[in-house]
Amino acid sequence: MKLTRRILMGAAAGSLLLSGTAAMAQQTELTFWSWRQEDKAFYQDTIKKFQEKNPGITVKFETYAPENYQTILSTALAAGRGPDVIQVRAYGNLETIATPGYLLALDQQNVPELANFPEASLAAETLRADGKVYAVPFAMQAQLVVYNKKIFKDNGVNPPKTWDELMTLAQALKAKNITPFANGTATAWQNETIVGGLLSSMLGKQFEADIVAGKANFTDPRFVGALTKLKDVSQYFSPNFTGVDYPSSQQLFVAGRAAMFAGGSYEVANFKNQNPTLDLGVFPAPVMKSGDQHLIATYYDGGYAVNAKTEKKDAALKFVRYLATPEYGTAFTNTLKNLSPIKGIKIEDAITQEVAKLAENSMSYLMLVRFRYQEPSGSVLLQSNVQKMLAGQQTPEQAAAEINKGIATYYKPFQK
Amino acid sequence: MLVSRKQAPSLKRQLWVAFLVVPPIVFMSLFVVYPILSAFAYAFYDWQGLARGEFVGLKNFKEVLFGATMAPVVWNAFLHNVYALVALMIIQNGGGFLLAWLLYKEPFGFRFHRIAVFVPVVLSTIIVGFLWKLFLNPNFGIINQALYSLGLDSLAKPWLGDSSTALGALILANAWHFVGFPTLVYLAGMQRIPPEIIEAARLDGTSEWQLLKNIVWPLVAPSTTILFTLLFIGAFNWFEIPYVMVGLDGSPFGTTDVLGLVFYRTAFGNQSASIQNFGMGSALATLLFLFIVVFASMLTLWLRRREIQF
Repeated sequence: MKLTRRILMGAAAGSLLLSGTAAMAQQTELTFWSWRQEDKAFYQDTIKKFQEKNPGITVKFETYAPENYQTILSTALAAGRGPDVIQVRAYGNLETIATPGYLLALDQQNVPELANFPEASLAAETLRADGKVYAVPFAMQAQLVVYNKKIFKDNGVNPPKTWDELMTLAQALKAKNITPFANGTATAWQNETIVGGLLSSMLGKQFEADIVAGKANFTDPRFVGALTKLKDVSQYFSPNFTGVDYPSSQQLFVAGRAAMFAGGSYEVANFKNQNPTLDLGVFPAPVMKSGDQHLIATYYDGGYAVNAKTEKKDAALKFVRYLATPEYGTAFTNTLKNLSPIKGIKIEDAITQEVAKLAENSMSYLMLVRFRYQEPSGSVLLQSNVQKMLAGQQTPEQAAAEINKGIATYYKPFQK
Repeated sequence: MLVSRKQAPSLKRQLWVAFLVVPPIVFMSLFVVYPILSAFAYAFYDWQGLARGEFVGLKNFKEVLFGATMAPVVWNAFLHNVYALVALMIIQNGGGFLLAWLLYKEPFGFRFHRIAVFVPVVLSTIIVGFLWKLFLNPNFGIINQALYSLGLDSLAKPWLGDSSTALGALILANAWHFVGFPTLVYLAGMQRIPPEIIEAARLDGTSEWQLLKNIVWPLVAPSTTILFTLLFIGAFNWFEIPYVMVGLDGSPFGTTDVLGLVFYRTAFGNQSASIQNFGMGSALATLLFLFIVVFASMLTLWLRRREIQF
């Protein structure tokens, strides 16, 4: 009697256990790594929506500090572990992870939604060696000029169209004791954003095409001429600008003490967070003579990739496909105020709309997009040589020659 | 108490010693010796991100020392390390010696100053770096504000943005941070000098300068040995203050670049400018390690020889 009861209980417990594991087998848990701790609420929300549509899959979102992310991720991947879905960066930084074969190649077979992305955004997530796409791009960034609408209105000025208008406007503001540009050059990478924000229209799409085709190099008059203009306008930067670092120049603008900030579209959300009363607008780099095309410099931040070694490939692909839908792109753009590259999204925020419209006429954020794969990277060269030029330690011609010399060490078309 | 050297210590004592010594040895091997040796091995490979590629022999070392891209950066940084070493030797260790002498003479309030001079050493280097960055801010920093209020407008500068002052500013910030350490070590050294030697010299009517030069300085030689060696190692491993105050690039345009920054940028990449090259970073770290070990040993041997036993 006792024994049968035990057997019965054992069988009951056993079947319970079995049914338990069966249920667990149906439930696939994905891990998803990111460096965007500040966007955690948004991603949790996204995951909830995804899980409602895909009841069999749960997603665990984990973040790491941005400065350590690449190291932690590559260590995990090298050890054959790592998450199923991975937020990765773009261009040269993508290559360090994609080249060793850690990521699953994506195409319109396994992610049909890729058809819905602009070519340039996919190029950002493509490995140059095999021409395959390794991630679903998530955000476009642009270098342009952010301006304080109130200061402009109070002084009766409008966003400048041409370079001469910009110089006149800056002169007028300075005469009234308003700092025209909050920018400083002490933080090296700020020099690259300033070039992208102010000089793109003067460089022009043709210049980029010529550089890529090897028909022109950086000693080209278009480039030297643009640098000369930059040197001119630097007199309207923040006082003592060579010693003003990135946070200080942001503070100057946020406090409403400067009229313009040449830099990234990502600054807008940041400025608004710190001072919600700011009324901001954006305009593209001024042109040399009216009639020329206005351009902003664009690039892509990164993408969502699938671990090549994951055992849950189907579930991971499902999730990545969801992250490529216009529905997701719309939520991303409106919640994070960052422009998703997915076509057909609905943008609520006025400035983001403006950026999206400006992006229809754009050139690449040149050094990041084309020359940040080898050392000395175009970015390193541009940043330090523009910094030196603006400090008055070298001429625009010398700066251009130095940049060209550095890139020529590995870029064949410049070696002629 | 006399103990025969031949007599073996008891087993219990041996176990006790092993119990005390083995854990730290294991710990050190695992977290210090092993990483150093593996970094040494990494330097001989080609790397794609953190994935190890093929064995390339001495290629990475050659690139670091003679390559057209890396070598100018490395040598530029090396010279800045040498400059920092010499400047800190004078300002930080020399200043420490003079401060120690002042404290040794026990002037009014010396107890307070003895602690005050050491307080910055206890602060986190990150905090000191940020603090000095604020002091040196060209527009609202206390240093330029002070110069303006004294009417010395022409002396105000964008300190960290001016290539002629940036490295000097970092060195001063570092000296402010650490001067308490040599002060304390020298003070301890001076207090070890038998007072009768100094009294005898005083009775003979030596001047203060002669006393310092001929008696105190030679007798604190053991302190000098330690301080110079530590400063040598510190100056070539210099990283935190430059990193916090001027960033990974050695801004402006490489005029504050030091080997620590070059190593970090090369091995781990600089998110806003360059990609990583782990093999070359490891090669640089290995060379730096060997350089420091060899020269620090030579320096110690040479300095030891000039110490006087008393």
